[in-house]
Amino acid sequence: MTDRIEQRINSLNKRLNSEKRFRIYCIGAMSFALAWVLILFLNIFSSGYSAFYRTVIQVDVPFLNLIEDTTQFSEMSSEDINNLSMYSFSKKAIYRLFPDIEEKKDKKMLIRLFSIEFEQEIREFLKSNKSNINETETIYLTASDDVDQVNKGNYPRDLDEDKRRIKDIQLLFFDDLVDRGLVSYEFNLPFLMRGDSREPELAGVGGSMVGSLFTILVVLILSFPIGIFAAIYLEEFAPKNRVTDFIEININNLAAVPSIVFGLLGLGIILNTFGLPRSTPLVGGIVLSLMTLPTIIIATRASLRAVPPSIREGALAVGATKMQAVMHHVVPVAMPGALTGTIIGLAQALGETAPLLLIGMVAFVVDVPQTPLDASASLPVQVYLWSESAERGYVEKTSATIMMLLGFLILMNLAAVLIRRKFETKW
Amino acid sequence: MGFILISLIILIGITSYFLGNLRAKNLRTSNKKNLKSLSHYYGYYVALWAVVPALLVLLMITSFKSFFIEQYVLSDFIALGSYTETELSLLFTQIENTAMGIKLFDENTILIDGAVNKLNYINKTIENLTYVTVLGFSGLLVLYSVFNINHKLNSRKIVEKFLLVLYFTCSLVAIMTTVGIIFSLLYETLRFFSQVPITDFLFGLNWSPQRVFVREAGDLDTRDLANAFGAVPLFAGTFLIALIAMCVSVPVGLLTAIYMSEYASPKVRDWAKPIIEILAGIPTVVYGFFAALTVAPLVRDIGQGAGLTVSSESALAAGFVMGIMIIPFISSLSDDVIKSVPQSLREGSYAMGATKRETIVKVLLPAALPGIVGSFLLAVSRAIGETMIVVMAAGLNAKLTANPLDAATTITTQIVVILIGDQEFDSPKTQSAFALGLTLFVVTLALNFIALQVVKKYTERYD
Amino acid sequence: MKSIKIKADNLNVHYGEKQALFDVSMYMEKKQVTALIGPSGCGKSTFIRCLNRMNDVIDICKVQGKIEIDGNDIYAPDMQVEQLRERVGMVFQKPNPFPKSIFENVAYGPKIHGIAEHKSDLEEIVVNSLKKAALFDEVKDRLSDSGTSLSGGQQQRLCIARAISVNPDIILMDEPCSALDPIATARIEELMGDLKTEYTIIIVTHSMQQAARVSSRTGFFHLGKLVEVDKTETIFSNPSDQRTQDYITGRFG
Repeated sequence: MTDRIEQRINSLNKRLNSEKRFRIYCIGAMSFALAWVLILFLNIFSSGYSAFYRTVIQVDVPFLNLIEDTTQFSEMSSEDINNLSMYSFSKKAIYRLFPDIEEKKDKKMLIRLFSIEFEQEIREFLKSNKSNINETETIYLTASDDVDQVNKGNYPRDLDEDKRRIKDIQLLFFDDLVDRGLVSYEFNLPFLMRGDSREPELAGVGGSMVGSLFTILVVLILSFPIGIFAAIYLEEFAPKNRVTDFIEININNLAAVPSIVFGLLGLGIILNTFGLPRSTPLVGGIVLSLMTLPTIIIATRASLRAVPPSIREGALAVGATKMQAVMHHVVPVAMPGALTGTIIGLAQALGETAPLLLIGMVAFVVDVPQTPLDASASLPVQVYLWSESAERGYVEKTSATIMMLLGFLILMNLAAVLIRRKFETKW
Repeated sequence: MGFILISLIILIGITSYFLGNLRAKNLRTSNKKNLKSLSHYYGYYVALWAVVPALLVLLMITSFKSFFIEQYVLSDFIALGSYTETELSLLFTQIENTAMGIKLFDENTILIDGAVNKLNYINKTIENLTYVTVLGFSGLLVLYSVFNINHKLNSRKIVEKFLLVLYFTCSLVAIMTTVGIIFSLLYETLRFFSQVPITDFLFGLNWSPQRVFVREAGDLDTRDLANAFGAVPLFAGTFLIALIAMCVSVPVGLLTAIYMSEYASPKVRDWAKPIIEILAGIPTVVYGFFAALTVAPLVRDIGQGAGLTVSSESALAAGFVMGIMIIPFISSLSDDVIKSVPQSLREGSYAMGATKRETIVKVLLPAALPGIVGSFLLAVSRAIGETMIVVMAAGLNAKLTANPLDAATTITTQIVVILIGDQEFDSPKTQSAFALGLTLFVVTLALNFIALQVVKKYTERYD
Repeated sequence: MKSIKIKADNLNVHYGEKQALFDVSMYMEKKQVTALIGPSGCGKSTFIRCLNRMNDVIDICKVQGKIEIDGNDIYAPDMQVEQLRERVGMVFQKPNPFPKSIFENVAYGPKIHGIAEHKSDLEEIVVNSLKKAALFDEVKDRLSDSGTSLSGGQQQRLCIARAISVNPDIILMDEPCSALDPIATARIEELMGDLKTEYTIIIVTHSMQQAARVSSRTGFFHLGKLVEVDKTETIFSNPSDQRTQDYITGRFG
């Protein structure tokens, strides 16, 4: 008898232990998932934040060497300044940092501490300050990507010289400049304003940001009205028959079709059959609209369904037509839900990459697009493009682009949550 | 041009709304007879006549004009008879470029200069004609509809009918999208299968379409094509990576769902659930970057530390990151399903003296099984269709392998590899991407359909 | 003299801010049927759920006071709730068989508690339990059918079989017949008469006739308070409290 009792107590203890273990597994699984959110964000932020500032090197430019009297600049038009030959002048201004260098090879190394657009930067400075140029002006020139990365500590200095992109002599120059206090950081405004570039230090997300903006605008203009109208029809007017059943099945299935298939649709039909221009936000927007529609329709229908029938009956009872009852009373009540669905759909579209690759929105575009008919990239495509590049400078740029993309997505989702909170009707 | 014209049409529309409204009010006061609808409905009525047909005409002109322009501009070259269709279309691009001031080639200058003049002329003419036709059409219809207003006309009915038709058309977009997808995939796929036998595609073991690219299109023999387009390595790679992803996401997702629905206090659930769902909202390209830059080197280092050879683009890294991406799909769907198991079953089990684990494993999970399986199937379909992670982190070369440490390529990767950048059309290589797309479409659709049926059956059971 | 099986002392129960039971003290006799009656929301279900600590499942529920079974405090810190529930079975308002076979439904308890060591033992327990629950003859040919395929009355008897499969001392019944038709109700009541020879039964019911038919003692709850508890005949023929009087004569409820 005591044996039996002991056995039962043992079995109970075993059960309680396995209960504890199971609970730990569950907590472990959830922590695993949570940890990856954290790791992902930390990883991106720690490698991306440094792209928001850039290394500049202070150079004294003796404009007197370019012209006899610096006041003459004020009389020159921008065109005239563009026609000035400034290349060797600019180089000489840089050589002045280290007047002792004689060898041509070393001079070349010195020049390579700066971005290739140093001449252009000096010219731009001249243009914007032409009325009041002194004999010698201090200009902050963009450092080359290698210097930028070394300065930010992203680049290992202790590698063998032949494995490094930046050479010993350049490091020598650089350290000397640092000692003289000529190297400094500055907010990386060009990164936010410029288009893509083959030089990491000159590449910016401005172009792809505008491209994304145009694309999302096209998606909004197309999918918002179409989605809402379709939802109104299906929820309020559609007779229960085969056609509407078929439409419903279609919408549910489209919601699960892989995004890349929409890319094939865009390539096969929109580009090749209708002949719309490749690589443009217009086509990207059309493709993403088709992809986003199911989300909007499903969300709008759900919020239409949540409007109690008493509202419709009330309107019909005072003699409104069905159309009036729906448009005046049901749709306004369901609008917050529809808006929330639309914003979530737009957020999806904003982060989508694969279909855009197929319709050619991966082109290397230097100019910031002016209209939705200009070739451009989008933020996620920019991430893809830069992540394929070898230069180290693109790593932080890619992470920074992701930070901006995530920032926009968070803002949009926040807006959706706020709309839902603010306008949610309780029945 | 389009922008100005559309603005003009909208302007006419707004004006004609007031026109119709005014006309209705006048009729009402002068005839002392009631109209059938409120006067603003007559405004809408006229405005619809002003805008809708004009826009349709504009759409028609824009869709047909490029074909017409091309025929007209190239008429001299067509008359020569020595050009193939591809050459003609290339020629047209060249003419267009020249007209915009980009000059790349110097051949045929006289003919091309003539064509450029023709192009400029026809463009200008068509533009003018479009303005005249569209605006004239719109104006005529405004006149017609304004004079059509009388006390017998029920404009509200007409306007509402129009809205209904508009709404219905919008809901057809879903069908048209599906038709468009099927048509574009099927058209190219059928042309592909006319050159490469379908059995070679489905059962061939060697995928190397770039070989076809190198050779001249003329001397392709069928054996070459067959050897180049065997998709089995892609299917295997897709399967391998999806399997790895499921191995990560199924246990984690399911246990997370169990924790959320059975163990977590409401407070923990309120903050943990949205955080995990962030994983579903992160763009896939971000996962791709993360996989390629952080996880893949990590996997390689760990593997090498253990004395294994790990490819730098291992299936394991891509699959693992994909698995993390899929966790919220499984956890939130399973969470819903487990939660919807009636409370009475839980109480029945607890009342028998069962522990939580016993209740979950022996009662709740079996009861929720169909729904959970449904969520797994949806996750698999997601994994198979996922593109960016594998494009960025998995291999590009097709190799038949079951080793997760090796590089593997997938259907979606190959579609992107083939179609990214410039493609030559009418080549079996390009068409093969569409065949892969069709395969993907059919498989995901089937998985989805089954999953939805399973879930639906399940929800019916407890309603 | 009948011995006391369960004793509740100054029991107070809160659901969050709301108090559901106020100072309830009563005892229940061994191998007898005790009925708890009262209008809905009066706390009788809350009380019965304290006896096997089913209220532990609800996060916001707080129980104060003392409940002793055979002299042991069931809210004592060293009391294992699983062990307690093995001794105190429960049958719910709505039949809740698991979506498994009839056999598995009954075998569930013995399996998790490790009562049956061999498969033949398990089969014996299942058959005996089904027999005791007067269900065996109806289902003996289809033990592998799903428990949910039975009729409502059969499902409820299956739940009773499930409850007695682990050989408890006490069976709690929370309005076990409220979802059943009169014929099925009669069968369950008949069954209760048989079961009380082996088990202590506490039944919550909204039907006064049922309480009168099956129980030897009856407690009347009103607004979370135990108004009075006494022999069933006394409660129904000569209650001492005006509220009990009003309730059993149908003035409210």
